[in-house]
Amino acid sequence: MIPGSFSYHRPTSVAEAAGLIAQHADTARILAGGQSLIPMMKLRLAAPEHLIDMAAVAELKGIERKGDSLLIGAMTTQHELIASGLIAETVPIIRETSLLVADPQVRYLGTLGGNLANGDPGNDMPAIMLCLDAGYRLVGRGGERIVKAREFYKGTYATALADAEILAGIAIPIPPVGHGFAYEKLKRKIGDYATAAAGVVLTAAGGKISSCAIGLSNLADTPIYAQAAGAAVLGRSLDAPTIAAAVKAARALMAPAADTRGSVEYRTYVGGVMVERALKRAFARARR
Amino acid sequence: MNTAVLTREQREAKLEGMGCKRKRVEDIRFTQGKGNYIDDLKLPGMLFGDFVRSQYAHARIKRIDSSKAKQVPGVLAVLTAEELKGVNLAWMPTLAGDVQMVLADGKVLFQNQEIAFVVAEDRYAAADGVEAVEVEYEELPVIVDPFKSMAADAPVLREDLAGKSSGAHGARKHHNHIFEWTVGDKAATDAAFANAEVTIKELISYHRTHPSPLETCQCVASFDKIKGELTVYGTFQAPHVIRTVAALISKIPEHKIHVISPDIGGGFGNKVGAYPGYICAIVASIVTGKPVKWVEDRIENLTTTSFARDYHMTTEIAASKDGKVTGLRVHVLADHGGFDACADPSKFPAGFFAIVTGSYDFPVAHVAVDGVYTNKAPGGVAYRCSLRVTEAAYAIERGMDILAQKLGMDPAELRLKNFIKREQFPYQSALGWEYDSGDYHTAMNKALEAVGYQALRAEQAAKREAFKRGETREIMGIGLCFFTEIVGAGPSKNCDVLGLAMFDSCEIRVHPTGSAVARMGSKSQGQGHETTYAQIIASEIGIPADDIAVEEGNTDTAPYGIGTFGSRSTPVAGAAIAMACRKIRNKAQMIAAYLLEVHESDLEWDVDGFRVKGLPEKFKGMKEIVWAAYHSPPPGMEPGLEAVSYYDPPNMTYPFGAYICVMDIDVDTGVYQVRRFYALDDCGTRINPMIIEGQVHGGLTEAFAIAMGQEIRYDEIGNVVGGSFMDFFLPTAVETPKWETDHTVTPSPHHPIGAKGVGESPNVGGVPAFSNAVNDAFSFLGTRHIQMPHDYWRNWTVANQLGLHD
Amino acid sequence: MTKSQVRMHVNGRAVEALVEPRTLLIHFLREHLNLTGAHIGCDTTHCGACTVDLDGKSVKSCTMFAIQAEGATIATIEGMANADGSLSALQEGFRMEHGLQCGFCTPGMIMRAHRLLKENPNPSEEEIRFGISGNLCRCTGYQNIVKAIEYAAAKLRDTPQKEAAE
Repeated sequence: MIPGSFSYHRPTSVAEAAGLIAQHADTARILAGGQSLIPMMKLRLAAPEHLIDMAAVAELKGIERKGDSLLIGAMTTQHELIASGLIAETVPIIRETSLLVADPQVRYLGTLGGNLANGDPGNDMPAIMLCLDAGYRLVGRGGERIVKAREFYKGTYATALADAEILAGIAIPIPPVGHGFAYEKLKRKIGDYATAAAGVVLTAAGGKISSCAIGLSNLADTPIYAQAAGAAVLGRSLDAPTIAAAVKAARALMAPAADTRGSVEYRTYVGGVMVERALKRAFARARR
Repeated sequence: MNTAVLTREQREAKLEGMGCKRKRVEDIRFTQGKGNYIDDLKLPGMLFGDFVRSQYAHARIKRIDSSKAKQVPGVLAVLTAEELKGVNLAWMPTLAGDVQMVLADGKVLFQNQEIAFVVAEDRYAAADGVEAVEVEYEELPVIVDPFKSMAADAPVLREDLAGKSSGAHGARKHHNHIFEWTVGDKAATDAAFANAEVTIKELISYHRTHPSPLETCQCVASFDKIKGELTVYGTFQAPHVIRTVAALISKIPEHKIHVISPDIGGGFGNKVGAYPGYICAIVASIVTGKPVKWVEDRIENLTTTSFARDYHMTTEIAASKDGKVTGLRVHVLADHGGFDACADPSKFPAGFFAIVTGSYDFPVAHVAVDGVYTNKAPGGVAYRCSLRVTEAAYAIERGMDILAQKLGMDPAELRLKNFIKREQFPYQSALGWEYDSGDYHTAMNKALEAVGYQALRAEQAAKREAFKRGETREIMGIGLCFFTEIVGAGPSKNCDVLGLAMFDSCEIRVHPTGSAVARMGSKSQGQGHETTYAQIIASEIGIPADDIAVEEGNTDTAPYGIGTFGSRSTPVAGAAIAMACRKIRNKAQMIAAYLLEVHESDLEWDVDGFRVKGLPEKFKGMKEIVWAAYHSPPPGMEPGLEAVSYYDPPNMTYPFGAYICVMDIDVDTGVYQVRRFYALDDCGTRINPMIIEGQVHGGLTEAFAIAMGQEIRYDEIGNVVGGSFMDFFLPTAVETPKWETDHTVTPSPHHPIGAKGVGESPNVGGVPAFSNAVNDAFSFLGTRHIQMPHDYWRNWTVANQLGLHD
Repeated sequence: MTKSQVRMHVNGRAVEALVEPRTLLIHFLREHLNLTGAHIGCDTTHCGACTVDLDGKSVKSCTMFAIQAEGATIATIEGMANADGSLSALQEGFRMEHGLQCGFCTPGMIMRAHRLLKENPNPSEEEIRFGISGNLCRCTGYQNIVKAIEYAAAKLRDTPQKEAAE
């Protein structure tokens, strides 16, 4: 219940933060919303000697449209995502997913960056960033680079973040007006991580699916971009055989952990059910 | 002078006595954050204690090195069993006649068992100290399956009991056996089964879970060296019992021990017994000369304090082929963990499990319970169980549904056919209880009608056909439970806790200006005694409830009581309140007679005073009577107006109820929806309907959680699985169903106000209703008994094994 | 560990203290400021008994360091009653509708409900249940808590609000 001791830093710029991380290396942890890190510190599963609080780095806030992209600062909270009219209008799957993360209090402080950069396979936001083909802007002492979300996740708590790099912002190509979307999450109760979850972003024309991206949460040691499952529905209407093909392809990619939420068998099966339900809801929403 | 003439109804309303929805007195401070909970307490110089706990479920402790811990800034001392042995407190007696290690003495028996107690200036330093203690273990083989605990080659858990072939409850069959307890007529029962036309036999398990009140267990112990007096503030549901136990084990005389329970943030049986934290805090205070606070965290609470249930009940019912039950036979394997720390009355190592005949007229029955040790946390009796009544109700209510299925009978019809009839009360059960009163048919029919039972069965039949045709993937279940439970422990002839008879008490003192203070031996942890007890007194002696201060929990001022658990407050303390009130009213009658210059027998009680029979204008109200008691008592009468009653109940009380749950389950995900839950309770006389409803809502929510996923589990090597709120299922407002409550009133004939108590009924009756609903949903597909908890994964697994996903 | 100075406003009063960086906000409130209304009920940020209102947000004060609250404006249950000592609409609602029993979850529940009603002054039952899903109660089964919040919402809608906008 009581964390170990640490030195506290509160930089006011990304450059300052990057400098601190470089200086303290793996004795330092970034403090974003703290809603994942602080519980770990209280159980002494994480014991950083230096905590770098990003709350005062103004550059990391903000939601804006720039051309065909939506740019979101990493320190934007779940609450801010939900409250954003711009997001509701342009990329509504973000709002739908965010409402399924944790609980109201945690959403007031928990950040998008924290949810994305941790590499925790249980987080929900990574899967939809895979669907949206988002790009992550990573900033280090040497400069900045963009890494696609679809290339960012390597394993449990393992990401493409180099030492002393910070996830500063997320750039999302805005899906076409009239796109269909859904995030379907099976969980034991509100606030729990997914037993299995699937996000779908698709477009349709003439009753047939013209594009489809499917992302899966907590069904492997990273979020899964189920490319083959999305491909299985292209050019088709969402009839039973098409759904079955997508579900089968998605299940083939799943390798969930057996834990208190369920066995591998259960989670794979319901993972497929989530894909089916997300596809149906997204298709029903799409302008066809 | 009161010039307005009030009607009888108005005068009654002003009292806010029994039967009205009086708003709670406690709420004024609780809604303003001004409750007095243990962790709010700050005494000058107070220190903080925290435990080093075992990593392993079964291991020898080779070495404890606290040298680094003592170097941590702020750490003052580290206690181990060695230090406690010096004051003979390394072990403590349990309420079940066993002994329990306070700190690991050579070995540990369950994961997270207490090994050392670090005392520091504040909780942060104490936590750092705990991290710095080094323990060397030698792992030993682990037993977590109670069915394996008595194998010939099972490892010895309790080396301290080596060679002891009997324990507190008689002979022990094996080194891991604790007791065998039997009741009933074995020969007659066996004969009934031998001759039965139909029998069922099923292993019905009630899994291990935990009461988990929102406030964990905690205390502040303060030993005053100069006066030689010990004060312990703590989360104690039975503060007087704690005081007596403290006196017995510490050798500090009882009059020099002050135990105080202020506000308690929920108990549910978790806070009845004594824990190592209390003992260590007391010893640390004696050693350091300063107050010591101990506050366990949630993981400690869930994994080491009194768990609940873990009863494995092989349940057999014998019946005629037209559905009349002829015999009941139950064998229970009871898993008590590393120590038998159950809070049962001493003659009942299996609590009141003998209520397992339930609401049904069994001519013969027999129960045998074998208690065993395993490498799990100690305890067993907790969580609104009424002392194993939850287990008994689950066994019989599941059993009756299994019997109904075998007979092809509707479960409601089977119950109605076998209920004890109204005219049979007081009813002598085959297992030795005298049920005080009941009208089961009325309650059951009311419930069935309220939910439209026939229509629900018709809907279910149609849905089952639709399912078979592949038109839906949802199955519908209707879960019935008609429970009779037993509360109000208990009569001195068979109920005692460590030799203390289970009476309870009330002392009332009326002040000259007409208000009063009343103290009881019970201890509320949220049940609203400050509000409801005043209502009883208001009705009995005609003083407005708002003018009555109710106090509990300070052993210096409260009369001796056995505390609040097992729904005993209303039946026992409530009766003591009524009896004390009647002593006051009797004296008031004599004073009134004197003032009115009539004989006492010429007077009749009228709401808030005495009136001369036949002369309505000759009236003396309580205010005037009270003043007279202090001002001009009748000659020969002691002045003042107060009374004490210690009430030894002549019997237990037997609340009952009819609960009906309607549930829909998605076979592809295992997700359930509770469509409707209707709960009819009969707790006899109803003191405050608002509070009764609140108790039912809360208990049903606990039952919902237990039946649908809440559990404390262990893996094969004794690691606790699900020992934090991450996994321990506590539903939020989103998952929790909406509750419909209803009632009938069948007063208890032996209770002074006819009240039976209600706090535990919803947990007793709720779990079988939920579990029967799940079982009923699947039964048409060929299942007979699905073990709970019925979480999504398990429901899906049942569906999967039925081939529904092929 | 060296302590740092932290300054904030709590229930309208400026406070200043020296704290270790690792001091959790809940401990700061309870032990430094003696505001013991917010409670600790778990170790894993689930129960919400520690909820306070910080800069217009419902926050679990057990999952925040006091030092993070530098410059913040915090409201706790102790600041909820009206200036004349009467209970606020929510406090009254909880009493009138029997929305509490042991009282341990109540301060956190009321502080969360306070912010909920500012987010949504006319919530449906479903919205209330979702809105308090970060607060656990073991005693009431939530049903009367919902009624308590509906009571307060109705009362607040009918009463002109004199409070400064938050």
